[in-house]
Amino acid sequence: MRVTLYGTRGSIPAPGPETMRYGGNTPAVQVCAENGAVLVLDAGSGIRRLGAQLSATTSRVDILLTHLHMDHIQGLGFFPPLYNPAVEVHLWGPASNTLSLEARLSRYLSPPLFPIHLRDLPSVSCHRVPRPSFDIGPFRILTALVSHPGPTVGYRIEADGGVVSYLSDHEPALCLRNGQWPGREWVSGFDLAAETDLLIHDAQYTDEEYDSHVGWGHSSYRHAFEFASYVGARKLVAFHHDPGHDDEMLNHLQENAVRGVRPNFAVSGGCEGAVFDIGRGAAR
Amino acid sequence: MAHPIQIILTRQLAGYLSVPTFLVDPNGTLLFYNEPAEVLLGRRFDETGAMPAEEWSTIFAPVDQEGQPIPPAELALMIALHERRPAHERLFIQGLNGVRRHLEVVAIPILGIQGEFVGAVALFWELGQ
Repeated sequence: MRVTLYGTRGSIPAPGPETMRYGGNTPAVQVCAENGAVLVLDAGSGIRRLGAQLSATTSRVDILLTHLHMDHIQGLGFFPPLYNPAVEVHLWGPASNTLSLEARLSRYLSPPLFPIHLRDLPSVSCHRVPRPSFDIGPFRILTALVSHPGPTVGYRIEADGGVVSYLSDHEPALCLRNGQWPGREWVSGFDLAAETDLLIHDAQYTDEEYDSHVGWGHSSYRHAFEFASYVGARKLVAFHHDPGHDDEMLNHLQENAVRGVRPNFAVSGGCEGAVFDIGRGAAR
Repeated sequence: MAHPIQIILTRQLAGYLSVPTFLVDPNGTLLFYNEPAEVLLGRRFDETGAMPAEEWSTIFAPVDQEGQPIPPAELALMIALHERRPAHERLFIQGLNGVRRHLEVVAIPILGIQGEFVGAVALFWELGQ
């Protein structure tokens, strides 16, 4: 299984010379199985480039949306396969208790916010994310609602002998009691991330920023590291970088977190373009 | 296995409330009560731990305003559990420290965004004797 990061920024795209290393696109991650099956995690602005680089032979793409905040869907209308009748596109995401996923997405993919209506796209189907698990081709996908404002899904994807966990917008620190993690059954996202090979996790804030954003649904760098350690992840990818954090600051945050937490797992800063081979692919 | 997020967040909320709060899973098993509830129930949650419905529905010896024992099925929290609707009651209980309490209770089922039943919660309010 190969995982490629096409967008790692949170909240709003942040392109510019000061964000060249980590990238400015909002969340989009490609997961490819050995047999060529493709999953896309979220549809932030990074999905435009992801779509442009898909193999011409790809006939089906499944996009797993964590939630419908704008930074996770804003690239959807610019994903070329949506307009290609030869490619089946399946959109999976959380419905609300009153609206279907299609109705919720149509609020953005319709005039006046967007010129094309979702219902007019040739081969797109929308599905409410099944819980607790479902299968797409070679992928076994475990799902759970996680701690973030509004219905938000975390994913655990198992295929080809490997596991990748995707918790792009997640505030597990709300579960801390007196600074300590409670039992695993009381920690948001635990089952999704337990002993995963690759944990892609929210790391939006500094400690100081987190103090004034408690309840906004995001993690500090330190919380991401501590969560990864608690769940026994083998590798952490810091993700959903704050748009106000430039490359220099992100380098600094990561160095500080490594120094403070002394992780017993590998760490990646979450740079756009980074590629990770998981499971059997990693062994070659 | 982690609890559903609605249960995790309800426990978090309870931890920040001064309103005594009692949380159960869909089977009625006690999952948590907060510190203000510990005062009413007369024992710390750490000491009681998880408790089946058959136990918590009788251990506090609930009686009605006339002093008649309340059958477990008629407790507000049991109604929220079994009928999946809010319920309200006034009752007396005997805390595990022997102190008698006059309480008002409101209980609600916790239903997820797809209508899934994930548990129930009761909020207590102490009344004068």
